[in-house]
Amino acid sequence: MPQTYRFPHRHLLGIEPLSPQDISAILDQARAFEEVCERPEIKIVPALRKRLIVNLFFENSTRTRNSFEIAEKRLSAEIINFDADTSSLSKGETLVDTALNLQAMHPDLIVMRHSAPGAHALLARHMKASIVNAGDGAHEHPTQALLDAYTLRKRFGRLDGLRVAIVGDIRNSRVVRSNLWLLTKMGAHVTLVGPPTLVPAELKETWPGIEIVHELEPVLPHQDAVMMLRCQFERGTGAFIPGQGEYVRFYQLNAQRLRLCRPDVAVLHPGPINRGVEITSEVADGPNNLILDQVTNGVPVRMAVLFLLCNPHGEQVP
Amino acid sequence: MPQANAPCLLDAKQMEVHLQRLCREISALFGSEDAIALLGIRTRGLYLAERLQAMLESNLQKEIPLGVLDITLYRDDLSELAGSPIVRPTEIPFSLKDRSVILVDDVLFTGRTIRAALDALLDHGRPKRVWLAVLVDRGGRELPIQAEFVGIKMDVAMTSRVSVHMKDVDGEDAVLLESRN
Repeated sequence: MPQTYRFPHRHLLGIEPLSPQDISAILDQARAFEEVCERPEIKIVPALRKRLIVNLFFENSTRTRNSFEIAEKRLSAEIINFDADTSSLSKGETLVDTALNLQAMHPDLIVMRHSAPGAHALLARHMKASIVNAGDGAHEHPTQALLDAYTLRKRFGRLDGLRVAIVGDIRNSRVVRSNLWLLTKMGAHVTLVGPPTLVPAELKETWPGIEIVHELEPVLPHQDAVMMLRCQFERGTGAFIPGQGEYVRFYQLNAQRLRLCRPDVAVLHPGPINRGVEITSEVADGPNNLILDQVTNGVPVRMAVLFLLCNPHGEQVP
Repeated sequence: MPQANAPCLLDAKQMEVHLQRLCREISALFGSEDAIALLGIRTRGLYLAERLQAMLESNLQKEIPLGVLDITLYRDDLSELAGSPIVRPTEIPFSLKDRSVILVDDVLFTGRTIRAALDALLDHGRPKRVWLAVLVDRGGRELPIQAEFVGIKMDVAMTSRVSVHMKDVDGEDAVLLESRN
């Protein structure tokens, strides 16, 4: 990383607009914050003192919101949690009106989760504050992909040339899209695995370098990491598969299938896990799993994103 | 970025003489203490601290632990910077408790870096005491901060910048006088 590099973005709307250098910068920056998070006593730095951050969640997400909130507190930012259920939205206010009302209170940064993919870009056009996408429908979830990449880079020392299989409900996952952008930009080989109904073939149009397969066992021996996705029954996964039993039979990562993998394979899962569905407890709690490392790494990675966006470079790009 | 034809304040030989003096003064005051450590401030302070560590260890015939502080997150002008530099980790691989710590930086000017370094340091623990060693004290303090160990003192105009070059990173040992901006 050259000394003169400065992070050029004002918003984090997705991984798609980032360059490999921007991604490396965030991951490098996160290392310094990991040190802060591991301190024996004072796990807090004054870097964002006097900055106001609004957490604007239109969809429930206890984990992501908690992780962002811890990251904000460790940077000494002032925080407002805007609960969409109790707001004027239920009285019919539009998103832009909500944004303009928030703008009138001069926040420095807004962390937003919203079910509509374009909502963040819309907000970014109407506000002076920086916008961080904390998940938008089935489109992007950039900080999840960044913490996955951080976890993989920490484990393997690199992303370039790494072989990663992403298994399960690709169709309904926003994590996958951000991960596809990130991993392909950084030179990893990605294989998507799942039943044809859950793995849209048209993903190859956007990411021609990826592989799509429908059988799990043959790909397992070649992977450095296996990322299991949650079966999102609340988002309609069930409508695309004959039944949970059948899914488990073909795609569950269990001890028997883990033995097909390299002994040092890394098992990831964005959580929350459905024990006994996409992954067995034996594997989820076993020595190959990095699932709780992902949760731990989420805080320094989000600190890095917030810190870099709050001190943007002079010539800004979106 | 090194400036062409910047006047040389110290050449390699003179720099070595001042480093030796720093080392002698530190040895005289701390040589008998067991729990001491050097803490270099990124980036030039770290290289200087590494140099001092080698000299002190051969002088005193004992190991001197070395840590590194990145003070960026504690700067008082952080919100005014156009673009954050990428901050690197602070590494203090020893307990600060009951230890005498020597902060090391290349140039002492306004004192603001040292203020930030003290805040960062105290977030990591409670040392017995903290001293400051610098290669060049150029005057121009904006805070009530002073160094116990000074390689060389000089009065430098506010419009100038004192730039310390170290063999390990810059290919040469020298202290240059450059114009600011």
